Amino acid sequence: MRLQYPSGIRIICLPCTGKVDLLHLLHCFEKGADGVYVVGCLEGACQFNTGNLRARKRVALAQEILEKIGLGGDRVQMYNLSSSEAPRFVQIAEEMTQKILKLGPNPIKLARRKMAA
Amino acid sequence: MIVAKQKPIEEIIETLKGYNKILILGCNECVTVCEAGGKKEVAVLASALRMYFMNQGQEVKIEEATLERQCDHEYLEEIRKTVDQYDAVLSLACGVGVQFLAEKYMHTPILPGVDTCFMGVTEERGVWSERCQGCGQCILAWTAGICPVSRCAKRLLNGPCGGSSKGKCEINKEVPCAWQIIIDRLNELGRMEDYERLIPIKDWSTERAGGPRKVVREDVRS
Ligand code: SF4
Repeated sequence: MRLQYPSGIRIICLPCTGKVDLLHLLHCFEKGADGVYVVGCLEGACQFNTGNLRARKRVALAQEILEKIGLGGDRVQMYNLSSSEAPRFVQIAEEMTQKILKLGPNPIKLARRKMAA
Repeated sequence: MIVAKQKPIEEIIETLKGYNKILILGCNECVTVCEAGGKKEVAVLASALRMYFMNQGQEVKIEEATLERQCDHEYLEEIRKTVDQYDAVLSLACGVGVQFLAEKYMHTPILPGVDTCFMGVTEERGVWSERCQGCGQCILAWTAGICPVSRCAKRLLNGPCGGSSKGKCEINKEVPCAWQIIIDRLNELGRMEDYERLIPIKDWSTERAGGPRKVVREDVRS
């Protein structure tokens, strides 16, 4: 289909979203990511049965922590789609990009720059 | 094991105010199993705190370490050479570890990062429940291996009370009546005669009522 999606997104491939740990999500933000979204298979369709359900819980926990420390919980999201849904993939990428543009850059990135200056 | 739960991050942040170099110290034993204060939880908390302070524009250095145990001298000694570098140590061990650290390192504030709850079991991942209150004089031999001291809300030694209904305790319908479990198990074991036997008044001086407790074993003492 050769569909285009926003160029600011970096894809990290994993065998299953069940591999995504809370720590991976937090470290992304510590390193300056403006937003992170986890894209898993449709619920009920996980090859490993519950990988995407576990990922959802971890994303929820990351949201809670980010909210409490003042970064904003909305910066991390969970989406589900099947591998054949390319247009949906693009739609999610655009949706997430818009959301992050609205939230602005990761305040950690700005704070770090300020401290270094 | 000793079961603990993580303190809310807001509470931790409050206790850390004013310190600029902090060590978060985990423990590889019970708190690792109950996922409250092991290496992983140390890393998560450290990352969250680093981001919090940075976002506040404060230069706070947060470092991480996890000891094999925090309730034994030899492991606590591992940080002797480095502890003075820190303004405070946030221990994710149970209250025992926090106190042993505090006794050992007189010049460094030691803060608790978890709420220590009870001695219990992992029913399933994410669910822990109480089994023993360390009363100092175990009566499990007479109660089919089920502890009424820790599992009966009234700590009845000759139960159940009138609040037991359909196998549940009157304090909460989710809580099984310890005495119902005891009787069911005695029945299974064919030992209902144990139920007939009145358990005498317990000497609570071996529990907390007798003040702080100590066990001394001269045979193994060095
Ligand atoms: S009787 Fe005492 S020592 Fe035995 S399990 Fe109950 S609280 Fe623990």
